[in-house]
Amino acid sequence: MHYPESSFEDRMSTVDFRVGERAHIEVDSDICRSCTTKACVTACPANLFVPTGDGGILFNYEQCFECGTCYLLCDKEGAITWTYPDGGDGVAFRKG
Amino acid sequence: MASPMSAPIRVSHGERGAAGFDVVVVGAGPAGSAAALELARAGHHVALIERGAFPGAKNVYGGVVYGRILDELIPEWWEQAPVQRWVTRRQTMMMTPTQSMTVDFRTDAWREPPYNGATAHRAQFDAWLAGKAEEAGAELITSTVVTALRVDERGHTVGVRTDRADGDLDARVVIACDGVNSFLAKQAGLYPEGQLEHTTLGVKETLSLPRETINERFGVRGTDGVDIEMLGCTGAIPGGGFLYTNLDSVSVGVVLDLTALGKAKKRPEEIVADLKRHPSIAPLVRGGELVEYAAHLIPEGGYQTMPKLAGDGILVTGDAAAMCLAAGIWLEGVNFAIGSGMYAGRAAAHALSTNDTSARGLSEYRKLLRNSFVLADHRKLAGAPKLLMSERMQQRYPGMVCDMVENLFQVTNPTPKPGIGRLLRRSAKAHGVRLRELARDAVSGFRSYG
Ligand SMILES: Cc1cc2nc3c(=O)[nH]c(=O)nc-3n(C[C@H](O)[C@H](O)[C@H](O)COP(=O)(O)OP(=O)(O)OC[C@H]3O[C@@H](n4cnc5c(N)ncnc54)[C@H](O)[C@@H]3O)c2cc1C
Ligand code: SF4
Ligand code: SF4
Repeated sequence: MHYPESSFEDRMSTVDFRVGERAHIEVDSDICRSCTTKACVTACPANLFVPTGDGGILFNYEQCFECGTCYLLCDKEGAITWTYPDGGDGVAFRKG
Repeated sequence: MASPMSAPIRVSHGERGAAGFDVVVVGAGPAGSAAALELARAGHHVALIERGAFPGAKNVYGGVVYGRILDELIPEWWEQAPVQRWVTRRQTMMMTPTQSMTVDFRTDAWREPPYNGATAHRAQFDAWLAGKAEEAGAELITSTVVTALRVDERGHTVGVRTDRADGDLDARVVIACDGVNSFLAKQAGLYPEGQLEHTTLGVKETLSLPRETINERFGVRGTDGVDIEMLGCTGAIPGGGFLYTNLDSVSVGVVLDLTALGKAKKRPEEIVADLKRHPSIAPLVRGGELVEYAAHLIPEGGYQTMPKLAGDGILVTGDAAAMCLAAGIWLEGVNFAIGSGMYAGRAAAHALSTNDTSARGLSEYRKLLRNSFVLADHRKLAGAPKLLMSERMQQRYPGMVCDMVENLFQVTNPTPKPGIGRLLRRSAKAHGVRLRELARDAVSGFRSYG
């Protein structure tokens, strides 16, 4: 039984975010360039880690679940600087 | 990881925050709200701080609250809690990509007070429970992140720093109810190393379906509901699956071992998509429209991986203390969070009354937990997480069981029926299971679960 899967953009459009001014997570692409696992790329449920042509990572914090997967998996010191968004900002689940 | 949230702030003698409380509870999930409710009822001045715009905004689970512990906290809670359906039917499904074997139980007893399990949305449930704490007199402060513990020169926790301007708060006790990532337990030096190995990622889709369609497909009526736990649906990644019925939607998702997921070629939403295509699941979720996609971590390790539960001026509860019970046929965390929060509230009240909020003064907490299901269940099931996530349980047993049952029910005329013993040996062999291993797992399973 097959039915079309929605695009990832459609999927993320079902989630409410109050996007804050401050990037609560920062990724240092220079450090990522030497990373061979790129574990964050498959694991981030919001698909926010995009490999770039030069072996680095392009990251955008805006549609993040604040789950913690990326910082737990990343074993390169300093590649990810992880905080929660400022109070009231970030994901706001309607169902959860 | 580099995080500005990794170190506590030193407070010198006599330095005061902008406001003071008997107790500051961090996190308005089920653990925090239960703690704050208990303390406010005991007449204490308590703040309940939540980083979300409302309690529940940041929280995700599969879908079922087991309410027995609520009886003690909010008598007849079922009259007022924001419940979707009452679970009257529970299934455990062992599956391979083309087979499934289900244990299906239903009872009318669970459709009446005091009920057993209820599906509910966290955005509603957590807000309701926090509202109870507020009614009892706790001060709920939302949209506020606790960024650090404040500790004195002895290392005793004396308050928290928040991200509000002038946001330092004093407290005689801080209760860390800040969930699986607990930066507070880490800052306090209570959290053990190696979190990655026993953490799983849960991803979930809420799919809308008409109420009547749900009732027909799941064989229930009115507000009766179904809870299905699955094993063998996550491919090469250790984990499991779940499917729960809400009133006008179903929640379907998977739980995935983090380390294996990081190495996998498959993304989490693809594994959910595979599950939704499974011949046993597809007819149940067909046509459901995605109303929310969500993800959250689960502390999966249980008893062996819990942090120290008390330090000077601080207690740790719920997921922050790895108290979620994730043991295959059970996925319970909300009840453990409520229980531990309630006991933490009681222990803090006791410490305040004796004027000793050191780790020793707070040691009542562990006693209360040990005498209740919270630590009793976890100690009993201490071996379960490892067994459940083992390669045999994940990769071999589901296929072995399905094949064996398939052969048992397959009519082989004119060849005579094979005996069950032979079937077992044959399916075990086909899936690379040695009977000695199977016996050993059965014994250790019985020890854990029995
Ligand atoms: C996919 C999935 C399925 C699950 N299924 C079930 C199920 O069916 N039944 C069940 O009983 N359990 C289930 N669980 C487990 C359950 O969700 C947790 O055990 C439970 O939520 C733990 O409650 P808690 O109060 O300890 O933590 P949480 O619910 O995580 O609450 C922590 C709170 O603290 C806040 N917070 C965190 N840090 C800060 C800070 N620094 N400052 C201010 N606020 C902060 C957060 O915003 C949050 O509100 C599931 C979990 C997942 C992920
Ligand atoms: S964030 Fe970490 S895991 Fe991801 S590519 Fe960079 S170094 Fe590797
Ligand atoms: S916290 Fe979770 S959702 Fe956000 S970037 Fe990291 S892995 Fe992705």
